[in-house]
Amino acid sequence: MTSLYDEVSPAPAADVPTKRVTINVNGEARTVDVEPRLLLAHLLRQGLKLTGTHTGCDTTSCGTCTVLFDGRPVKSCTMLAVQADGHEVETVEGMSSASELHPVQEGFKQEHGLQCGYCTPGMMLAAKALLERNPDPTEDEVRWALSGNLCRCTGYQNIVKSVLWAAQKMRGQNPEA
Amino acid sequence: MYPSRFAYDAPSSLEEAIAILDAGGGEAKILAGGQSLIPMLKLRFAAPERLVDINSLPGLDYHRVDPDGTLRIGALCRHEDLEFSDKLDAFPTLAQAAALVADPIVRTRGTFVGSVCHADPQGDWAATMIALDGSIVAQGPNGRREIPMSDFVLGPFVNALAYNEIAVEAVIPAAKGTARGGYLKLERRVGDFATASVAVALDMDGDTVRRAGCALAGVGGRTIDANDAISVLVGKTLTDENIAAAAQAVAAAAEPRTDHRGSADYKRHIVETFVSRILTNISRSEQKAA
Ligand SMILES: Cc1cc2nc3c(=O)[nH]c(=O)nc-3n(C[C@H](O)[C@H](O)[C@H](O)COP(=O)(O)OP(=O)(O)OC[C@H]3O[C@@H](n4cnc5c(N)ncnc54)[C@H](O)[C@@H]3O)c2cc1C
Ligand code: FES
Ligand code: FES
Repeated sequence: MTSLYDEVSPAPAADVPTKRVTINVNGEARTVDVEPRLLLAHLLRQGLKLTGTHTGCDTTSCGTCTVLFDGRPVKSCTMLAVQADGHEVETVEGMSSASELHPVQEGFKQEHGLQCGYCTPGMMLAAKALLERNPDPTEDEVRWALSGNLCRCTGYQNIVKSVLWAAQKMRGQNPEA
Repeated sequence: MYPSRFAYDAPSSLEEAIAILDAGGGEAKILAGGQSLIPMLKLRFAAPERLVDINSLPGLDYHRVDPDGTLRIGALCRHEDLEFSDKLDAFPTLAQAAALVADPIVRTRGTFVGSVCHADPQGDWAATMIALDGSIVAQGPNGRREIPMSDFVLGPFVNALAYNEIAVEAVIPAAKGTARGGYLKLERRVGDFATASVAVALDMDGDTVRRAGCALAGVGGRTIDANDAISVLVGKTLTDENIAAAAQAVAAAAEPRTDHRGSADYKRHIVETFVSRILTNISRSEQKAA
């Protein structure tokens, strides 16, 4: 059985009009032919096999599909892949280097910021965008910035701690102190 | 979910975008932030033949205050640009509403003007525009025209634009006197549409109200224009009695319906409470300033 997503294939049949787009994904230029109606989330997951971007609600409500679009968080289930032509997209796969986790990822590890992990990629990218604008957020500011991302497991407490941990680390302080 | 098939253009000039809409004869739709349109396409509530993506149009992402105090919001000014703006000191109604529209991630994409065009009876920005007596500048093949908010929303999800017109700017006049106002919204959780919300905008001359504007979202089949109701305040001061009378008049103008967000009586009660709370806050801050 084909999945729902496979029906709008990132590589449609020859008689379907497509548009050639070049998107900078995690620092690498990716050129693909896409049908205009293909959603960015589906291009990332099915087309580019970057399955770290999850889809949860598919109705713009949960935020687990969050990616950074030119540095700002967007819900990739609610953007067309063609709209990313010429733009930069960062997914969870782009957060860490080969040898090092991003401080936000480290924070989630240290403070047990995840249980099932389904919401985690979106949470971490929303958190990264927050810390870029506001390196020293209060707990309230963290909660506010993550209020578009739903988590059904943790009760949010440890997610907030994880982000505050990362903020300290990124400011050059010792989060364990 | 995914949309049905459509053709897609991302023109790089306004003239080009209008020409595409014009040639589309009503079958082409404008794509701005996409935070209402893309969900509707995915649900197949809308299935246009063509999308005209205006995100590449240059010079429309501004919001600025003219020397005469008029606020102008370009078609690509995002909700979050207003949330983090330092230019809204003279527009407290907008400043308070900005952080209450949708959720933080929707706010990075969704646009003020797109929201007003969408004309959702639960939309926050249309309510602020009515209370502030704003207008929309539309550009089409025959040039520009300015449409007052009172003529812009024709019904739920229906606006006064012709198929070949683009709303390029929202215009909000400066207050005559001191601008006071507020926006309060009851939502079940962040990102939910309003159970009830209230926009109030006052022009004050000392402690006397010169103009009063008010509109409501979520409590009717359209955005409720309560400007007439709140005009009982004009020429008066914000005493407890005058505030109570205004709150009652506005609540009477609401047209709430019982649904999963609450009963009609409850929503009307919220409207009355919110009007009273906004006006009381204004009156207290006036007393402090005096
Ligand atoms: C989870 C979620 C929660 C939300 N909660 C709220 C909320 O609490 N309050 C609220 O007010 N809104 C809410 N919204 C809607 C959001 O604010 C949208 O951003 C807004 O309604 C539409 O703006 P847009 O730029 O995204 O427009 P689009 O979705 O791109 O377009 C909407 C409509 O307006 C037309 N249009 C857009 N721009 C123009 C233009 N310049 N000229 C002519 N026509 C135009 C389009 O053709 C389309 O018909 C929510 C959305 C989501 C997904
Ligand atoms: S899958 Fe995109 S918001 Fe839930
Ligand atoms: S960890 Fe399971 S949804 Fe957040």
